Amino acid sequence: MRKFFLIAVPYAWLLALFLIPFFIVLKISLSDVALARPPYVPQFSWDDGIMAFLRDLDFENFVFLTEDSLYWKAYLSSVSIAGLSTILTLTIGYPLAYGMARAPEEWRATLMMLIILPFWTSFLIRVYAWMGILSQEGLLNQFLMWTGLISEPLMILNTPTAVYIGIVYTYLPFMVLPIYSALDRMDGSLIEAAEDLGCSRLSAFWLVTVPLSRNGIIAGCFLVFIPALGEFVIPSLLGGSGTLMIGKVLWEEFFSNRDWPVASAVAVILLLILVIPIVLFQRNQQDAEEAAK
Amino acid sequence: MNSTVFAPWEDPEKKPLIRFQNVTKKFGTFTAIDNLSLDIYEREFFALLGPSGCGKTTMMRMLAGFETPTSGRIELAGKNIIPVPPNKRATNMMFQSYALFPHLTVWDNIAFGLRREGMEKDKMNARVEEMLRLTRLERFAKRKPHQISGGQRQRVALARSLAKAPTLLLLDEPLGALDAKLRQDTQFELMDIQEKTGTTFVIVTHDQEEAMTVASRIAVMDEGQLIQVATPDRIYETPVSVYVADFIGDVNIIEGKTTLIEDGQYQIDWAEGQMPLHAASSQPFDKGQTCFVAIRPEKVAISAEKPQAADNIVQGKVLDIAYLGNLSTYHVELADGTIIKSQTANTRRIARRSFTWGDTVWLSWTATAGVMLAR
Amino acid sequence: MNRFSWFNAVSLTFGFAFLYIPMIILVTYSFNESKLVTVWAGFSTKWYGELFRDQAFLDAAWVTLRVAVFSSTLATILGTMAAYVLIRAGRFTGRTLFSGMIYAPLVMPDVITGLALLLLFIGVGLDRGVLTVVLAHTTFAMCYVSVVVSSRLATFDQSLEEAALDLGCSPAQAFRLVTLPIIAPAVISGWLLAFTLSLDDLVIASFTTGPSATTLPIKIFSAVRLGVSPEINALSTIMIGIVTAGVITASVISKRNMVRQRREEQAAARAQ
Repeated sequence: MRKFFLIAVPYAWLLALFLIPFFIVLKISLSDVALARPPYVPQFSWDDGIMAFLRDLDFENFVFLTEDSLYWKAYLSSVSIAGLSTILTLTIGYPLAYGMARAPEEWRATLMMLIILPFWTSFLIRVYAWMGILSQEGLLNQFLMWTGLISEPLMILNTPTAVYIGIVYTYLPFMVLPIYSALDRMDGSLIEAAEDLGCSRLSAFWLVTVPLSRNGIIAGCFLVFIPALGEFVIPSLLGGSGTLMIGKVLWEEFFSNRDWPVASAVAVILLLILVIPIVLFQRNQQDAEEAAK
Repeated sequence: MNSTVFAPWEDPEKKPLIRFQNVTKKFGTFTAIDNLSLDIYEREFFALLGPSGCGKTTMMRMLAGFETPTSGRIELAGKNIIPVPPNKRATNMMFQSYALFPHLTVWDNIAFGLRREGMEKDKMNARVEEMLRLTRLERFAKRKPHQISGGQRQRVALARSLAKAPTLLLLDEPLGALDAKLRQDTQFELMDIQEKTGTTFVIVTHDQEEAMTVASRIAVMDEGQLIQVATPDRIYETPVSVYVADFIGDVNIIEGKTTLIEDGQYQIDWAEGQMPLHAASSQPFDKGQTCFVAIRPEKVAISAEKPQAADNIVQGKVLDIAYLGNLSTYHVELADGTIIKSQTANTRRIARRSFTWGDTVWLSWTATAGVMLAR
Repeated sequence: MNRFSWFNAVSLTFGFAFLYIPMIILVTYSFNESKLVTVWAGFSTKWYGELFRDQAFLDAAWVTLRVAVFSSTLATILGTMAAYVLIRAGRFTGRTLFSGMIYAPLVMPDVITGLALLLLFIGVGLDRGVLTVVLAHTTFAMCYVSVVVSSRLATFDQSLEEAALDLGCSPAQAFRLVTLPIIAPAVISGWLLAFTLSLDDLVIASFTTGPSATTLPIKIFSAVRLGVSPEINALSTIMIGIVTAGVITASVISKRNMVRQRREEQAAARAQ
């Protein structure tokens, strides 16, 4: 009885507020937009019966998504922005995690805290911080002109470059933490053994350290790639109108165009795209868990 | 039988405290306990002994109420306890990990069970103090578990499980986490406490020495079955199978074919070109039946000269000597390659030893030194 | 390891500079006299004054605080229950779906979660406002709580609970007297995480709120869309300050506890 209650409460909550809403999204993605409240038809009513209701559902919105190049371009550019930012984050994050893992024991707790601190700080504020730096008259341009590297201010804010910077900046802790924990677990004598067996320091790094931190690297990449794909705040604050990302498209479809069926269809497709990396991520986590045993 | 000897299992009138009746426990398709029946008597110090995975821990967890048997009946003082949940049972358990509550002091850990009973404050204080005295922990009452040593933690766990004065105390590998020296002292302490409190103890262990030291009776288990239930001396001297003989202590096992000579005396042909062995057995063996003679190394005498009269005499070369300080074990290789171990007390200084590696020696033992086993 | 090389030093310096310089600039410019956020015109705290006189910001802060307290508390209760189910309940029908629903919100883009919840609230005719935001935040935050608590429960020695039962506790008493005090640090950090996530959330709140309940992130977002403003810098500085103080305090306390525990353990081992 007690066990039933324990399972039933969170279960019912998640069913009602997580699973059912997705079916509603799916249903509305198959409906038509209308000037009504709520702005779509058909509305389900018991009088007409379920068959009449189902007959009115169609895949029109999905067809529309394939016809208008805006949408598939938005999906493509989301994937490429998320992918490139993930690689950039790895390039900065790995040396950082590596440095942390090799830092003297007594520094580590502090370094760890320094990585976690931004994580607790408002995401919105951290993105906002870059607006003042990257703008035309911003500090980065002032600095570059002062050094004489450029004579004209660069246009960085409201370009994809700003979006890359924003993603790398906000998601860096997600990359560093899993890699650091993989490197931290690694037995230091392994490197010594590799060197003892004739490896140079660099080849010991490539042949021992990198493969052993593989699970951490993969986990970090997914933790950056997956949320970056559906990102809304960063492209809308830093990307300007020129940057196309699917999260932003969905938002505008919903709030500006009030086209709920198309917004729902956009969400359904985004979800389908996300299934692949999520499944791969899950598998990597399971492998890592088994390896840890 | 001397009437002052504690042996309730010999008395057919005596009612057992615990009775397992045809108990089977399955986990999925795995049978942990296989149709097992066992009686344990009041005031016994009973040991369940066996390798890991033999089912001994499952037996204990069924007594505590953490596992329910798939079939069969478990009685405590004549009542079926299977439907009774663990918190309503008159048993207490001392856990292998000790399971001391890390957020409570030693005092509060010991008082934990008494508080659940709703015992009066004065009585409870007195009881906790008594337990602290019994386990010599008075000085550590205010400490938390991480502030005391492993041996002290072990005693807190014991005090906590004894505080409620259970009818039956279950001890799951209670000394497993202690080092060898502390273990020995603690074994005697456990026996002492068991005697003082008069509680029935059931201990689970994989350490045969520990079981031999503390227990009034030992149940040797394997693959969910009882192989032998007997007092330590009987388990050691008259094991019922090669498995038991081998599990308890060191042993030489010689396989051969039997021939009856006269009442209870057998001749055993065991190797080409070796004289047959002589052994005695109260169990009958058929002619030509395969049997295993189990002989403890300390019952095999070793000498440089051929002994005059002995039931069994073999010759071999010293292959190895294991020097244990008080004892030495000689590994002697016979002409056919069989290795027989002989153990002697080192009553002289080692320099005076009369034989060493490679020397030819004689081994001898009496017909009653070994046990004849059918399996 | 004493193999800390110059390369390691450079990558640490560069990495942490990258992480912290933008925040330092943000904080610095909150004390700027000038309205123009990119030109330094002398030290001033006037933007803090402006901020505290701005009733809209104060209202939004109050809404956000209420939402965060309610949703994180609810999420902690539900998330702890869910964690307990995941680790202890063994097999039951629908377990796979259950664990799927616990992990999915962690990787779900906010825009989808927000949209889905909004459509649900409209579907059942729930007026949008503080309540709907609380429901929405509770749903995704409980999943984070359950991940934090279940990782603690997974390493929890189950014989402690068995010992409590053995000593006469009912299962509920065993949870209250033994399990809960021991996993309390994880439950508290779960609550803090849920609280921060709620304070921080823009997208889901934007979808699920109504005109009566504007949260602070929504307010900030609509302000910064128009460009950088010194008032927002001041607000950001306050928020960064609170978080920094909190994180530093927490790590100092945990470090001190760890050092003390280790010292006591060593002392106990020596005394033997």
